[in-house]
Amino acid sequence: MNVPRACDLGLIGCDACGKVLQARQHAEHCPRCDAPLRRRKPDSLVRSWALLLSAAILYVPANLLPIMHTVQLLNVEHSTILSGVVLLWKNGSWDLAIIVFVASIVVPLVKIVCLALLLLTAQSGSTWAPRERTQLYRVLEFIGHWSMLDVFVVALLMTLVHFGKFAQVEAGAGVVAFCAVVVLTMLASMSFDPRLIWDQQTDRDAARP
Amino acid sequence: MDTTALVICEHCDSVYRRMPLHHGQTACCTQCGAVLYSNRSLDLDAMLALAVAAMIVLLIANAYPLMQVELGGITRETTLWNIILITFDSKVGLIAVVSALSIFFFPLLQIALYLYVLLPLRLGHVPPAFAGAMHALRQMQPWSMVEVFVLGVLVSVVKLAGVATVSAETGLWGFGVLTLLITALGGFDLRELWDRAAELGE
Ligand SMILES: [Zn+2]
Ligand SMILES: [Zn+2]
Repeated sequence: MNVPRACDLGLIGCDACGKVLQARQHAEHCPRCDAPLRRRKPDSLVRSWALLLSAAILYVPANLLPIMHTVQLLNVEHSTILSGVVLLWKNGSWDLAIIVFVASIVVPLVKIVCLALLLLTAQSGSTWAPRERTQLYRVLEFIGHWSMLDVFVVALLMTLVHFGKFAQVEAGAGVVAFCAVVVLTMLASMSFDPRLIWDQQTDRDAARP
Repeated sequence: MDTTALVICEHCDSVYRRMPLHHGQTACCTQCGAVLYSNRSLDLDAMLALAVAAMIVLLIANAYPLMQVELGGITRETTLWNIILITFDSKVGLIAVVSALSIFFFPLLQIALYLYVLLPLRLGHVPPAFAGAMHALRQMQPWSMVEVFVLGVLVSVVKLAGVATVSAETGLWGFGVLTLLITALGGFDLRELWDRAAELGE
């Protein structure tokens, strides 16, 4: 089944309020909500790539640097994100270990890899599985902010564990890098325009005899 | 051409003509599967009740301690603002700023804006700066992270359980309820509020 597309019918939808307008009559701003009217998100690919690459670079220190220093009876322990998961697992809380592992390690990595895949395929004009790629984009949008979990855990622990020489928790530089990775990947997926996946799709359809 | 009966898919730019739906039905894009619109008739009373409840619960959640930790006879209690202030004074001030925005300011502003928009609409007129308030609401939604924070508190409780005696306090229950209320509010489609305001404006 062929569904007409707004760009082919000379229509434009307002991103902010959903109003459908004739592109000819409304050049710049939506008459209902005054948001700028754009066919596609501006510089989607460039912005998304820049944010994604910064996130990928910071992903390295985020995982290698300690996110927390725990001082317990003169014994200092530096924990990274991964060693925090291992500790939870060893202490028998395997359910939480899995949650933290997914939120802090799997989600950011999946986001970076999948967004790079979406960007590459959109850029090269791939016609491969557009529906599935759009669904993948929606999943990425949905899971993005859950990675902030470890940042909040560090903030909570360093506030609560203030018992002088008995026990003390201090934050490490890794948590700042990690926080930046989460914010950057969120911004990167917001800058990506899923309609780009479909633009090439219709061009190919039109080119076919 | 009359464009008011049309709807454009946000994710793939397909154009559809709006059709009447049965109650509880949702119209999805046949191309990419995105939700186009639903027939959950916009219930301003329900939304307003949720927003009022959310505002009260947010104040309670922030006023009472989240949890109590006891080690070697010393007891510590913490509210959200203790966490933000102590974190801000440490070497990692950035995470205090992010936490304050995503757990306190954005949720607070979100609920306040809902109240600001919903109350006049319910009374039959469009509030001043309606468009600005609605744009702010839409942009803030992804950055409000109360639900992630609640999960973070639970993880911290477990991490501490081996070292100290930990107990959950009123504030944590408050944040738990707040998560449910904000999720319910976020389930309403803001685009339907635009349509309602346009009807009133005419
Ligand atoms: Zn608009
Ligand atoms: Zn679609």
